[in-house]
Amino acid sequence: MKENKLSILTKGIIRENPTLVLVLGTCPSIAKSNSLFNALGLGLCTAIVLVLSNIMISALRKVIPDKVRIPCYILIIASFVTIIQMLVHAYLPDLYDSLGAFIALIVVNCIILGRAEMFASKNPVGDSALDGLGMGLGFTLSLTCMALIREVFGAGQFFGIDLPFFSTYNFPILQKTFGGFLVFGIMIAVVGLISKGKAPYKKSFGCEGCPNASICNVAAGQSACGGKDEVKEGGEAQ
Amino acid sequence: MKEILLIIFAAVFANNYVLTKTLGICPFLGVSKQFQQAAGMGVAVTFVMVLATAATWPIQYYVLNPLNIGYLQTIVFILVIAALVQFVEITLKRFIPGLHKSLGIYLPLITTNCAVLDVAIANITNETAFLPSLFNSLGAGIGFLLAMILFAGVRTRLDQNTNVPKAFRGLPITLAAAAIVSLSFMAFSLK
Repeated sequence: MKENKLSILTKGIIRENPTLVLVLGTCPSIAKSNSLFNALGLGLCTAIVLVLSNIMISALRKVIPDKVRIPCYILIIASFVTIIQMLVHAYLPDLYDSLGAFIALIVVNCIILGRAEMFASKNPVGDSALDGLGMGLGFTLSLTCMALIREVFGAGQFFGIDLPFFSTYNFPILQKTFGGFLVFGIMIAVVGLISKGKAPYKKSFGCEGCPNASICNVAAGQSACGGKDEVKEGGEAQ
Repeated sequence: MKEILLIIFAAVFANNYVLTKTLGICPFLGVSKQFQQAAGMGVAVTFVMVLATAATWPIQYYVLNPLNIGYLQTIVFILVIAALVQFVEITLKRFIPGLHKSLGIYLPLITTNCAVLDVAIANITNETAFLPSLFNSLGAGIGFLLAMILFAGVRTRLDQNTNVPKAFRGLPITLAAAAIVSLSFMAFSLK
């Protein structure tokens, strides 16, 4: 039983890493992985919101009517995001300025709604908290890895401190949007290579990883994104 | 007139939502497999962006600010956008079934599109007046449409290519291609 709990926690960090394997939450990962400070800050904010919203949604899973569950989840997530936004604004003004609108945009991060739909709405509170923590740490980890590459090779810095060799020879383009897309693509390729193509990212590129799967008309054969994958864990197939 | 054009041009090219600000990546990667779907999604996003701004701007200035509850911005905006999208979908289905058939299936996906929420918030943060806000949203939507159409063209070529290394097949090469497309938009934002 104890091993089981441990695997709920660790699967989010490595085996089902939300960013690199499930490919959720791509927008903040590309936009805010330009420096380690941003990446760590945004990752931890997202992790806190994820844990809290998972706990809340799991606790209320028998109360929320099935038909209006998505608006309910969004409301719960938005409340926690507002709390975090105000706390960061008050105590970490530097981080607040450098993340800008991305703290508010945690609301629409697919990871949070995705985990609410896939895990928290079906599992007890303790497991959901662990799942949220694992997924949050996994998101932070992959964001930090990307930021490490982009900051060291792009700006020649490590947490804002100049590095001896890299500060003279670096590629500032890695700090731009170009670097975000490229480093993200390369990291997903590396994950695919290490797992020998067993990482489920190909499936999740279709409908399975999409938190909107349950409201999208997959069953009617006209899914909006043209994905024909069957929704395995989403609401439609239950 | 000149100002309006300037606002739209800046929003389409210099601050392109997908390729410069990297927002709205999920539909950008997921729906760009076919040209027609990409265009449909782009038009639907433009439509919702303008509507969302038209709804959230008055709410911020006539409801939230007078009541001193500006901190509820995130919650109120996301709920307003979600409700608006549902409302538009139902209205289209009832009164303009033709348009609903071509745009309707994209609408539910837009509820949690970060670009739409960001446009609504950015118009408030930058303290833009009402009409310029609307044009800014229109520009942002057109920028999204442009990026979708450009990338759909790239992807149809990409999917025919069989020389891609095994590890890079699928998503990684798509992202690398997106990186190169974003390079072309860097020229507009260089200072």
